[in-house]
Amino acid sequence: MSKTCIIGIGIHPFGRTDGMTGLDMGVAAVRSALGDAGVEWRDMRFAYGGSDAAGNADTMVSRLGLTGIEFINVKNGCATGGSALMAGAAAIASGKADLGIAVGFDKHPRGAFDPKPAEWGLPDWYGETGLMLTTQFFAMKIQRYMQRFGISAETLGRVAEKSFRNGALADHAWRRTPVDLDTIMNAQMVSDPLTKYMFCSPAEGAVALVLASEDKARRMGVPIIRLESAVMRTRPAGSFEVFAPSVDIGGGTATATRTASHAAFEEAGIGPEDIDVAQLQDTEAGAEIMHMAENGFCADGEQEQWLAEGRTEIDGALPVNTDGGCIACGEPIGASGLRQVYENVTQLRGAGGARQVPGDPKLAYSHVYGAPGVSAVTILSR
Amino acid sequence: MTRPIADGILTDEHPPRLVGGQDRETGRIVFPMPSGHEGERFDPVPLAREGTIWTWTIQRFPPKSPPYAGPQPFEPFAVAYVELPGQVIVESRLTGFDFADLACGLPVTLTTLPFGETEDGDPIHTYAFGPAQ
Repeated sequence: MSKTCIIGIGIHPFGRTDGMTGLDMGVAAVRSALGDAGVEWRDMRFAYGGSDAAGNADTMVSRLGLTGIEFINVKNGCATGGSALMAGAAAIASGKADLGIAVGFDKHPRGAFDPKPAEWGLPDWYGETGLMLTTQFFAMKIQRYMQRFGISAETLGRVAEKSFRNGALADHAWRRTPVDLDTIMNAQMVSDPLTKYMFCSPAEGAVALVLASEDKARRMGVPIIRLESAVMRTRPAGSFEVFAPSVDIGGGTATATRTASHAAFEEAGIGPEDIDVAQLQDTEAGAEIMHMAENGFCADGEQEQWLAEGRTEIDGALPVNTDGGCIACGEPIGASGLRQVYENVTQLRGAGGARQVPGDPKLAYSHVYGAPGVSAVTILSR
Repeated sequence: MTRPIADGILTDEHPPRLVGGQDRETGRIVFPMPSGHEGERFDPVPLAREGTIWTWTIQRFPPKSPPYAGPQPFEPFAVAYVELPGQVIVESRLTGFDFADLACGLPVTLTTLPFGETEDGDPIHTYAFGPAQ
């Protein structure tokens, strides 16, 4: 069974690009990834990808070339990119193909994300009474977490401050101006305890990754960045997830993230202590805090000290969200998970420039989370 | 006469209770009572009126309409998950609290809240939890 290598990466900058459709950005990302790998569209044996709200990925064949390629549209919420990557890795592992591409893109207007209850198996009143908001869920999850494990509001502020500082160093980020802690803490409250600077926003962007079998990558003589694991999981029993009108008594500890993370580490044969750089879903600042523990990097409550000591900074013991994460890049749903992998490949190649993690990182981790309780994790090695 | 925002969400008694669904095989309780085919393996079960705040937040900006159909002009409102001991933790609006007093563990009691009217002009109410009585 061949491991999958990522031999080319391409991104269309996140944020807002007037005059370009999501599909335009997807095509641009594919061309950029092909160029990075030094291969042609006609060399691709498969393409898997999609968007949540910006159209059918497979229509891009009319722009990239009618080679008859197997192109499967993926639509899996926040795990769209991760699912496309997993499908690609499965095609390579099976021996069916040795070269292909995964792509994710999206284009959400300001204030997008207005889910309809029926599409999530929920009654209309749940939306009518103002309970169906992801912002509320994240606020309530971190509210309880802060009380249980002694996390301060200032620690939430420090996460957002780091995001903007790192985003300022990333060409593909949207928010590229540092924001100081006082401004973050004193900004308009959105859903207590989270202020407006602590949330990510709906955005636009696209990412593509050229995938090859290890044999193929070696024959091509390109640097070997190996996909050690790619795991996607749905919510376990007793979890507390987005869009849940009720939670089991005693619930809230098990999460889709914990399940996916555990399986990913097992598949890779390593542990959290081995990871050199991590991109963790930061829909808002509290999510980054909680996901540090849910992915096994620290115990519940230790984040208070970690943030105070700067341990998740670019030059810290475990750099987290080195390109500013969702808070600085925004969240184009279909592209967000692949952006994390793009950033990890950049770091493993030592190509991070001003945001490069020091010490020659060898193992990189990425994690996405989304409604209605799904999580996707990847581990890359060099 | 005021009507609940959805059929089957509250009992007909006064004061009403929320109606959950109990899985016949496992005994697990969910809220609301699942409808249609999904509801076939559940029995409706009235839920406790008294509970404690499991977690909470304030909805400070108007949710998008649709689906939101709350009173205009918009006023920020508190939301919580309320633990009903031995049954289930339910998501709900809160009413009658100063936002500054909210905390996990606070005791609460089920009440109802006026929530607009039907096309025929009949008042609608939804459920909410208020300070313990």
